[in-house]
Amino acid sequence: MIYILQQSLNALQLGSIYALIALGYTMVYGILTMINFAHGDLFMVGAFFCFIVATFFKLPFIPTLLISMIGVGLLGVTIERVAYRPLRQAPRVSAVITALGVGILLESVMLVIYPYPQSVPTLLPNITWTIGGVTISLLQIIIILLSLGLMLLLDFIVRRTMVGMAMRAISWDKSVVPLLGVPLNLVISATFALGTSLGAAAGVMYSQAFPVIDPYMGVLIGWKAFISAVVGGIGNIRGAMIGGFILGGVEIMVAAFMPSTYRDFVAFTLLLILLIFRPYGILGQPRPQKV
Amino acid sequence: MSASNGVLLTVNELTISYGNIRAVKGISFEVHEGEIVTLIGANGAGKSSTLRAISGLVPYKGEVIYRGQNLHDIPADQIVALGIAQVPEGRGIFGNLTVGENLKLATWQRKDKAEIARDYERVFGIFPRLKERINQLGGTLSGGEQQMLAVARALMSRGRMLLLDEPSMGLAPVLVREIFKVLQEINQSGVTILLVEQNANMALRVAHRGYVLETGLITLSGPGKELLVDQRVKEAYLGG
Ligand SMILES: Nc1ncnc2c1ncn2[C@@H]1O[C@H](COP(=O)(O)OP(=O)(O)O)[C@@H](O)[C@H]1O
Ligand SMILES: [Mg+2]
Repeated sequence: MIYILQQSLNALQLGSIYALIALGYTMVYGILTMINFAHGDLFMVGAFFCFIVATFFKLPFIPTLLISMIGVGLLGVTIERVAYRPLRQAPRVSAVITALGVGILLESVMLVIYPYPQSVPTLLPNITWTIGGVTISLLQIIIILLSLGLMLLLDFIVRRTMVGMAMRAISWDKSVVPLLGVPLNLVISATFALGTSLGAAAGVMYSQAFPVIDPYMGVLIGWKAFISAVVGGIGNIRGAMIGGFILGGVEIMVAAFMPSTYRDFVAFTLLLILLIFRPYGILGQPRPQKV
Repeated sequence: MSASNGVLLTVNELTISYGNIRAVKGISFEVHEGEIVTLIGANGAGKSSTLRAISGLVPYKGEVIYRGQNLHDIPADQIVALGIAQVPEGRGIFGNLTVGENLKLATWQRKDKAEIARDYERVFGIFPRLKERINQLGGTLSGGEQQMLAVARALMSRGRMLLLDEPSMGLAPVLVREIFKVLQEINQSGVTILLVEQNANMALRVAHRGYVLETGLITLSGPGKELLVDQRVKEAYLGG
């Protein structure tokens, strides 16, 4: 029982990181029906931002987190502006290929700067509590609460603010949005800024939990977060959160009770089976067909 | 071209091409302050393209002048801020937003809180049914209600000029009459209307003036009542 509780805590921690990254995939898909395959690499850049700011400027956790989120947010906006916007009318597959290319570019550039894995300074005091046999660290609490806080904030933005309303409107029908006086490109930029800065936040937290980072760290985690988004229903914000926690939970539980090499195999098999029964994901719906 | 003659919108030699297809081939027309002007024509004549050009949604050659200002290089969202609102073909309601959100989004360009509140009252005065359905998703409204919401939304963006693309499309005759009656009321409250229609009969009845568009060219123009009895219009658009 204690073992299960302990593993649940670990699952929450991993799940919140997947969920934060999954949100970026789902938001971009929601407004542009495009998978931003560079997103996992933006998560990686977030982790490296954390490493650089913490190592060379010796800033504490919160400023490091904010700088990383802002930096990657700007990078995300720039990538959309330079690489994706010119292809907006082009076939979707061109945009997807471009996104893969941007991802490889980010990895290569980072590899030139940091050819070897780097270890990230610890920014939070190493405090742990043991409650009824379950060990909780300050880092775990911060990762879980911060992720939940960011998700609630995003949910609020999307549901209650004008920008969020505009994002939802774009996901329904982009072509009508400018007719209401809403600047389409500004809202798309805002979406990229939000989505990629959440990915950066995940990168910072991940690099605190697993402090050895390298330029390819975003590849597998990116795929897993993308799958989380699909499981939740791609394009659906709450779905991405749920999908992230499901994947985190399944992975940790599989690793807890089976040989650890089974983890990805069993986890992905379960998710594929789920998709057979819910092809649009847990909260997803078939996109409305426009005439 | 002077503002004193009450010209609100001038379209000059407007040409619109999609690749090799020339959809609009150099048309010119005017809309005066306070008028209802209709552009009638068959499917594919270039009506929607013309409205999209005025709203800044498609590239074009020629001039569109609104209140003396050339709109050619102004982005679509800024054209709305100048007072031109379009109700697009098929209504363009966001089915995943509530009625209230659909309306609120149209106030994006506006900062005048007090006037926005007054405009809500005005719009709900015209369309009381929308007020009852304010928290309902746009996608759950009937076709007629969606058309009303689309017009209400254009009013909320503070359109001084409304471009309407086939508001009668897909609606039962009784609803069409209702919509056109409302459009006349809105016009009487000071909003200028450019109405695109295939339903020439209804459009010419309410319009002060009309233009007939045929495969990208204006072939006839005149007061609505005159076009309504014009033999050529009767044969082509009013079923003989
Ligand atoms: N996006 C587009 N791409 C290519 N051709 C188009 C496009 N939109 C309209 N057309 C063509 O332009 C012509 C005029 O279309 P449109 O302006 O929609 O006419 P209407 O509104 O009068 O039915 C038609 O031949 C149509 O096929
Ligand atoms: Mg049309």
